[in-house]
Amino acid sequence: MSQPELILAFESSCDETSVAVIKNGDTILSNIIATQINSHKRFGGVVPEVASRHHVEQITEVIDLAMKEAKVTYEDLDAVAVTYGPGLIGSLLIGVTAAKTVAFAHNLPLLPINHIAGHIYAAQLVKPLVYPLLALVVSGGHTELVYMQSAGDFKIIGDTRDDAAGEAYDKIGRVLGINYPAGKEVDRLAHLGQDTFNFPRAMDDSEDLDFSFSGLKSAFINTVHHADQIHETLSREDLATSFQAAVVDVLTHKTLRALHDHPVSQLVVAGGVAANLGLKERLTKELANTDIDLIVPPLRLCGDNAAMIGAAAHVALAKKQFGSLDLSADPGLDFDHA
Amino acid sequence: MYLLALDTSNQTMSVAVMHDQTLLAETTINHKKTHSEQLLPTIQNLLKQSDLTVDQIDRIIVAEGPGSYTGIRIAVTTGKTLAYTLNKELVGVSSLAALAAGVTDTEALIVPLMDARRQNVFAGVYQWVNGELINVVEDSHLPLTQLLEEVRVLRQPAVFVGADVEKFAEEIRATLGAKANLADPLRAYPRASRIALLGMHAKPVSVFDFVPTYLRVTEAERNWLKTHSDEGHEPYVEKV
Ligand SMILES: [Zn+2]
Repeated sequence: MSQPELILAFESSCDETSVAVIKNGDTILSNIIATQINSHKRFGGVVPEVASRHHVEQITEVIDLAMKEAKVTYEDLDAVAVTYGPGLIGSLLIGVTAAKTVAFAHNLPLLPINHIAGHIYAAQLVKPLVYPLLALVVSGGHTELVYMQSAGDFKIIGDTRDDAAGEAYDKIGRVLGINYPAGKEVDRLAHLGQDTFNFPRAMDDSEDLDFSFSGLKSAFINTVHHADQIHETLSREDLATSFQAAVVDVLTHKTLRALHDHPVSQLVVAGGVAANLGLKERLTKELANTDIDLIVPPLRLCGDNAAMIGAAAHVALAKKQFGSLDLSADPGLDFDHA
Repeated sequence: MYLLALDTSNQTMSVAVMHDQTLLAETTINHKKTHSEQLLPTIQNLLKQSDLTVDQIDRIIVAEGPGSYTGIRIAVTTGKTLAYTLNKELVGVSSLAALAAGVTDTEALIVPLMDARRQNVFAGVYQWVNGELINVVEDSHLPLTQLLEEVRVLRQPAVFVGADVEKFAEEIRATLGAKANLADPLRAYPRASRIALLGMHAKPVSVFDFVPTYLRVTEAERNWLKTHSDEGHEPYVEKV
């Protein structure tokens, strides 16, 4: 038996400080996540400077917990991986700086990883990936359809033109008086009401696979404001159900079209909004009579975490995509657009 | 004892490798490349030039702030990660003390300051007493006028040092007159070798608890605190 491949991975692109040890790209030895959600709840969203400060407070302890839980030493490691974008610059810099320092101190190769690649590769911690595959990445910051011809090859075939899906949830959540982050509560309410408002779905019949949520968001806000003006109280459940139905419709419609244009045998749905039950139920139903295998990673791997970065880094290591000690964060890092 | 000292608090980055009081190698760069890109390659070069490997370093001394928030975090994160991962001693030194320590051979008060915008500064007051740099007025974030008043009541000659002193020269002279001097502009660049000397005998700190000294809460928190209490809350950061 040869030695297992062990990667120490770092993720700090937004408001989670996370370090993981991943074996052979598919097995989690540790995945420590320190979330700052209680801090940012105060402000109704992530405040970059506050996030950066929490990352510095947490980073050393999180590395320590990850190494101890995995029961590994630095001599056992094969590489150090880190998210270097996209994300918040100040947040990214903490993970990048810490990861580079560990790599330098122990003379280990450094693997710079794209955060979105990480979200997709969370699926590899669930089951082996089969290429080509299609991924729908939906989170507070992203709504993208990514086509992968082979391992480590990412092409964006659909993107949001305005808000990310998760961002739309937070914005309408605010109107409903739901605390940030609103996704989970809106999803819960959406399972209790009816789609009575029939909000617009931006999914024109043109060939493109892009998303738009701003029209939906405006329609929602206008509906609630109009009702306020005439002192009418609308059902929160019906509002949530109608909003979620519109989001899920748009995401499903574009994903099915992408699957039609790009035949694959696996669909990966990843990112924080992938934890949304409404989306998962709908896609499961739509794909029931097809050969397409739907992979939605468990909740803990859908949000930001370092295990997913370690899984993506396994591919980067095989391809020898090393970074050097002058690596910096790239907040606007993107894949190629097809 | 081998020492590695780091300062990335402001635009200038300085790194030094020392053997006790002997300087082995030092680099000070005042060029607008990010500290994140330059710091580790610089450390690597200096160690090589000193014929040392990183695990031979016994103590890491970091300028802990105040300064640019993003800037300080680079040296602090690098220093604490290095100290943690190689099990070395870690010491933090005030970035203002580091500036003050560059002004030697004077019995005057030394006033290091950094522009904190809107007529506010990060500043402290220091003085050499028997070869030791003493902190006379604690580092803080305060209006320039208040700083000048605090210096005035001390009724001693004062030397102002820092990259931003030139732009406050008029106000400084208006309040303090002939008692005030501006340091030679080259003193405005912090030198890591000075930081090493300042931190050489200090008691090491916990790598887990070490954070930058910002001297200022964030604007978001300041506004939030106007209408909320910071007590009895859930932990802001939780391991999940
Ligand atoms: Zn994410």
